[in-house]
Amino acid sequence: MTLVEALFGLLGVVALGSGLLVVTTRQLVHAALWLVVCLGAIAGCYLLLSAELVAWVQVLIYVGAVVVLLLFGLMLTRAPIGVSADLDAPPMQRVAAAVVALGLAGIVVVSSVDGFRGERIELSSDDVGGSSAAAGEAVFRSWVLPFEVLSVLLLAALVGAIVLSRREIGTEDRTGSRTALPPRDGDGR
Amino acid sequence: MPLLMPVVLAGLLFSIGAYGVLARRNAILVLMSVELMLNAVNINLVAFDVWLRDELLAGQVFTLFVITIAAAEVGLGLAIVLLVFRQRETSSLDQLTELHEPDPEADAATDAAPEPVQERAS
Repeated sequence: MTLVEALFGLLGVVALGSGLLVVTTRQLVHAALWLVVCLGAIAGCYLLLSAELVAWVQVLIYVGAVVVLLLFGLMLTRAPIGVSADLDAPPMQRVAAAVVALGLAGIVVVSSVDGFRGERIELSSDDVGGSSAAAGEAVFRSWVLPFEVLSVLLLAALVGAIVLSRREIGTEDRTGSRTALPPRDGDGR
Repeated sequence: MPLLMPVVLAGLLFSIGAYGVLARRNAILVLMSVELMLNAVNINLVAFDVWLRDELLAGQVFTLFVITIAAAEVGLGLAIVLLVFRQRETSSLDQLTELHEPDPEADAATDAAPEPVQERAS
């Protein structure tokens, strides 16, 4: 076993362990922080697989942006700090979920072991792609049209998020001044 | 490196994410589990790209695209969760049953009860 394989195994164990903690911990904020560990370990796996640019994009966007967004979501929904008991579904549903997940894992692992036993990724040769130069050239040469379409999709998603999360700022009456809408709570407060 | 290492890692991570989606009740935790599943797919894309030595680097470029789409998905998802929280003061998925098909037995029980549970008007 080479050093790369040992490191990959270690990072894989870290990713799996922290992933398990994400879905089982009873503290909301800890779940987001374990997600950071998991995503960071996966970024390390990308580096070991010689996908340099993907690794740094993973660190920037996932660890940097997505987790911060999730933490803001937790904060804005007034998530309790500390242990909260009502994060998980009832035990019956959890058992069913575990059965589904174990079955899925069994099928995927058995079929991929059956299909790819003995195949090896050669990482030692020099022409391994994935450096920033190679990946950037691929994006802006072969994949430039999907890339631009994706930017439009991202813009649409951001505009949608703004429209969804905008507060009702009131209706304009004839004089142009704004009057606040009454609160929309149904139970009379 | 054996190809099986990243592929098995991705399969296990995907199952963990699936468990999270099915077993969690908080909407934001479900979003986190979806992120785990997307990452498992990304590992597969990168591993097969490196294994096949693709000239166009399709796997890695697709991984970048998936990461972007995941960021957009989290942004929209959190906006929806915040909107639901603002209207109903809960982010628990179990309580969002407005579109649930009416359950005849539960309706009978509610009718039989002396004081029926008042649904929140919204």
